[in-house]
Amino acid sequence: MNALVTKNVSKRYTNHTALDSVNITIPEKSIYGLLGPNGAGKTTLIRIINQIINSDEGSVEIFGEKLQEKHVGMIGYLPEERGLYKKMKVGEQLLYFAQLKGMGRKQAQDRIKVWLEKFEIKDWWHKKVEDLSKGMAQKVQFISTVMHEPKLIILDEPFSGFDPVNAQLITEKILELKENGSTIIFSTHRMETVESLCDHIALINKSKLILEGAKKQVKSQYKSNTFLVEHRGNNFRLPAERYELISQVPLEEGLFSSTLKVSDGINGNQVIRDLIDITEVHSFMEKVPSMADIFIDLVKGEGDEALKKHLLEV
Amino acid sequence: MNKILLIIQREFLNRVQKKSFLIATILVPLIFPAIIGGLAYIAIKDAQSAKAETVHVLDESKLFNFESNKRFNFVSLDVPFEQAKKVYLETDDFALLYIPKIDINKPEGVAIYTKENPSIDKVGDLESSIATQIHDLKLKEYNIDEAILKSLRPKVNLKQYNLSDTGEEKSSNSSILYGLGFMLGILIYMFVLIYGIQIMQGVIDEKTSKVVEVIVSSVKPFQLMLGKIIGIASVGLLQFTIWIILISVLSSGTLAYFGLKMPQKQMMEQVTKQMDTDPEMKEAVAQQNSKVTELLGNLSEIPFGKIAFVFVFYFLGGYLLYGALFAAVGSAVDSQQEAQQFQFPVTIPLLIGYMGLFMFILRDPHGSVSFWLSIIPFTSPVAMVGRIAYDVPIWELALSMVLLIGGFLFTTWIAGRIYRVGILTSGTKVSYKVLAKWFMMKN
Repeated sequence: MNALVTKNVSKRYTNHTALDSVNITIPEKSIYGLLGPNGAGKTTLIRIINQIINSDEGSVEIFGEKLQEKHVGMIGYLPEERGLYKKMKVGEQLLYFAQLKGMGRKQAQDRIKVWLEKFEIKDWWHKKVEDLSKGMAQKVQFISTVMHEPKLIILDEPFSGFDPVNAQLITEKILELKENGSTIIFSTHRMETVESLCDHIALINKSKLILEGAKKQVKSQYKSNTFLVEHRGNNFRLPAERYELISQVPLEEGLFSSTLKVSDGINGNQVIRDLIDITEVHSFMEKVPSMADIFIDLVKGEGDEALKKHLLEV
Repeated sequence: MNKILLIIQREFLNRVQKKSFLIATILVPLIFPAIIGGLAYIAIKDAQSAKAETVHVLDESKLFNFESNKRFNFVSLDVPFEQAKKVYLETDDFALLYIPKIDINKPEGVAIYTKENPSIDKVGDLESSIATQIHDLKLKEYNIDEAILKSLRPKVNLKQYNLSDTGEEKSSNSSILYGLGFMLGILIYMFVLIYGIQIMQGVIDEKTSKVVEVIVSSVKPFQLMLGKIIGIASVGLLQFTIWIILISVLSSGTLAYFGLKMPQKQMMEQVTKQMDTDPEMKEAVAQQNSKVTELLGNLSEIPFGKIAFVFVFYFLGGYLLYGALFAAVGSAVDSQQEAQQFQFPVTIPLLIGYMGLFMFILRDPHGSVSFWLSIIPFTSPVAMVGRIAYDVPIWELALSMVLLIGGFLFTTWIAGRIYRVGILTSGTKVSYKVLAKWFMMKN
């Protein structure tokens, strides 16, 4: 079953279109990366899923049902701009949020205690939020997102504001939640997060969905048939009908590093076979495109300078 | 519905548990009796310590006869003016009153010499004393005797009755009604303003701390707004109830302590003793008694039950009407300072009601301006409460109430539409045009 399906979701404002007929399918128990530059429409889509705003057109299904008010308890949402009541105590605050999500008081209390223990902050219950550091408050915020055991967790730039240690901690918890059967939507523009955590991705640019699918598939789809070879000596010729030398960089002690583009239908074994006859091969690897490469490649044709610039920055 | 209750509960508990709430709730009622008590204390001390001031009188006209009383001790001088000044300067006395030979038809040249600037009160007293004597002297010239003179200054106290359509008489007392209308009107004005601004601050806090995005992923913005308004209203009602109780207990306590009731009782006893001997006194007391009974009668004529009901109704109605608008203002801005440009237009109608209370309603409660002020929902909370003690026709009251309910439903609807967009929009320069756009925006 799919955790979430949107069909032709559109949202228009007076001066611009925030979402233009977006169709995404998020498989259950996946970590789904929602990518795109600022202003592309990610937050609008997330707000529609959270029922904070309504779409003008299209429909949203959550676990096979039409999205309704009763589903708010199934969703946990960590917005990009975090916020807690500063004057409230940690425990009270979490209790309040849990109850708003539809949990009973007693049940919520127990669950919050479990989570505080997981983060080793059990004694924070009576601390006021204004007395916490930014990183500490982020932990509390994360707990508020997941304490009601939502089946769908939406994290908007979850690692911003975390130091590396805590980011690692949060990553562990996210994977744990996935193990326990939650589906996670990541909205981010950090490519390394996407590479390491997500198994599905979607790219939104200028209010349109321009790419969606399993990460592996997307990567193989955008495989460029390029190989990186380190070899000794460079006085050899490769059959020109099958190989194109894109670049060659001399390394120390007579070694060279060459990037080769090969014709379709030639696999790695064939390349090695061709190479060992004419040179001494030191290393060999297929160049798999990174997500950033793919996206830059994708938008190249569209001439979208802003997106390219953005992707190159991250 | 359950979620609105949760929000109300949070708003309520969070405010009530604050130290500032506790302090305000206890201090305000302490301040009132402290002021009353303080003033009473000073008044009593003053009265006790006040000595009669000595005034030297040099009356060259030989027409006047000043009798010493509680405030002034008159000493007659019979020396030339220059010498009189010297005599006066050698003493610590209050003043030298110089009356040259004057014509009572043209009393000019009367002068007072003092070492310090005298208070208006004292000068006024002396002036009126001289004027009265001249007045009497003139009357004497026309051969009018003392008895007639006395009867020329009767004490009049109009008895007031309201005549209803059925011809039924009801006695009334306009100063009680004035006081009541004045107090109730101001209370509503203050309550709406103070707690309205609290709503606004609460909304701004939620917006700037960004917590609002998490909340509206669980509840509808409208629920959040309504919960906040009602939550703060219940804080206000609680605080108010505590104030009323504390103020009445403490005030009567201080009054009793400073013995303001005691002298009255003593006086009555004294008067009763004298009554048998002095027929004039008897008359005065009888008059006094009839006044007291009349006052009590008037108080019992005032429909306090009705007034209390109307007060609570307009208290809540006015608060809800303005509270929604304050919430909308809070949602539209990013900071307290920015709020001011929108806060002002919201408070203007409230201010109009408040000023109308003094300018029209308390002066002419049944005039057409008063009528309209108490019918239009934006001014009616202050205006109608100020007017209610003056027996408002039932249809006017009903119309005003219905319009107020309609009014707050209307403002809540408008505010809700602005609020739902406003709380999620920050960093935008908001103008009235933008607000209108938000209002029109589809959900």
